[in-house]
Amino acid sequence: MTFCSHCGRELTDGSHESCRQALVMEPPRYCAECRRRMVVQVHPMGWTARCSAHGTVQS
Amino acid sequence: MGDIVDVAREQVLERGVGLSQEQLVEVLQTTDDRLPELLALAHEVRVKWCGEEIEVEGIISLKTGGCPEDCHFCSQSGQFTSPVRAVWLNIPELVQAAQETAATGATEFCIVAAVRGPDARLMSQVKAGIEAINAAVEINIACSLGMLTQEQVDELKAMGVHRYNHNLESARSYFPDVVTTHSFEERWETCLMVRESGMELCCGGLVGMGESLEQRAELAAQLAELEPHEVPLNFLNPRPGTPFGDMEVMDGKDALRTIAAFRLAMPRTVLRYAGGRELTLGDLGTRDGLLGGINAVIVGNYLTTLGRPATADLDLLAELKMPVKELQKTL
Repeated sequence: MTFCSHCGRELTDGSHESCRQALVMEPPRYCAECRRRMVVQVHPMGWTARCSAHGTVQS
Repeated sequence: MGDIVDVAREQVLERGVGLSQEQLVEVLQTTDDRLPELLALAHEVRVKWCGEEIEVEGIISLKTGGCPEDCHFCSQSGQFTSPVRAVWLNIPELVQAAQETAATGATEFCIVAAVRGPDARLMSQVKAGIEAINAAVEINIACSLGMLTQEQVDELKAMGVHRYNHNLESARSYFPDVVTTHSFEERWETCLMVRESGMELCCGGLVGMGESLEQRAELAAQLAELEPHEVPLNFLNPRPGTPFGDMEVMDGKDALRTIAAFRLAMPRTVLRYAGGRELTLGDLGTRDGLLGGINAVIVGNYLTTLGRPATADLDLLAELKMPVKELQKTL
């Protein structure tokens, strides 16, 4: 993983502690491999996030 | 003029008459040391005029993002630099979501779209979705599709939609600070049409968006004037990239005072915890609100953010000995 899936910045750029906290209550928005914005669908009991280059991750 | 809690006890609890806007300002100005007393009264009012049951609902976004409107709190506006991308949900996933929601014991399933108002494509997708859900699972279907024409109101009614959500969002006097692409009056008009149609009206708003206490009371009074069947109460969850993205999270005690005030404004309505409660109130505050006027919850996730696990809320309701409303019953 290279990028923060919450803010999209490089993981080496800052601590991303607030991002980690935010991801408890939010799905990821950026692909951790390429930082593309992902297509995210939130369901009542879960979520899916799809990167056009790196596929789908889900809860 | 007597003490506002004593006045509310006689007026709302005993007679079932909601507080006026001026009285609600007094409620919102009560001091922290009187908050437990205020919440206890709001709970008594809820139990007396609504009963013991809690209504459980799940929500799903049918069309996410790319909205032309500029509601300053919303990450789904296409006008902001929010990371939320546009996506449509397919029918099988919609049905699966309804089934998962029903499995929690929920009686309500709300289909939501981020639009100004529905076009023919969206209405067609909603119709197909409702038919597929009805064929698969027993649950009441609600919709939230923005501003409607009379023809669309009639179509949704004919589809079997039993409740329609359209929030006022904020008080009339603060609305221009929240939305500029449409007016408070346009929202009001849709609410009136829905109510007149016989569908149940679900109409609430958000607090913690920089409005004054007076404007918070104004929102409650304007909602009371509409007499909605349900009032979803949202607390601002500041979303990155939106104009309200840098706002502070609302103080928990203010949020609880607001819950009590809304209950005392509308003793008979279904007052639902909606978005932002996890951030604003946390677990302890969630419990306090359920014992302070709330009688409905959204379980599971929201439209673009996540909620507490459904089991956490259901366990809490069981612990508080609050029965969940069953299907086919009206609160």
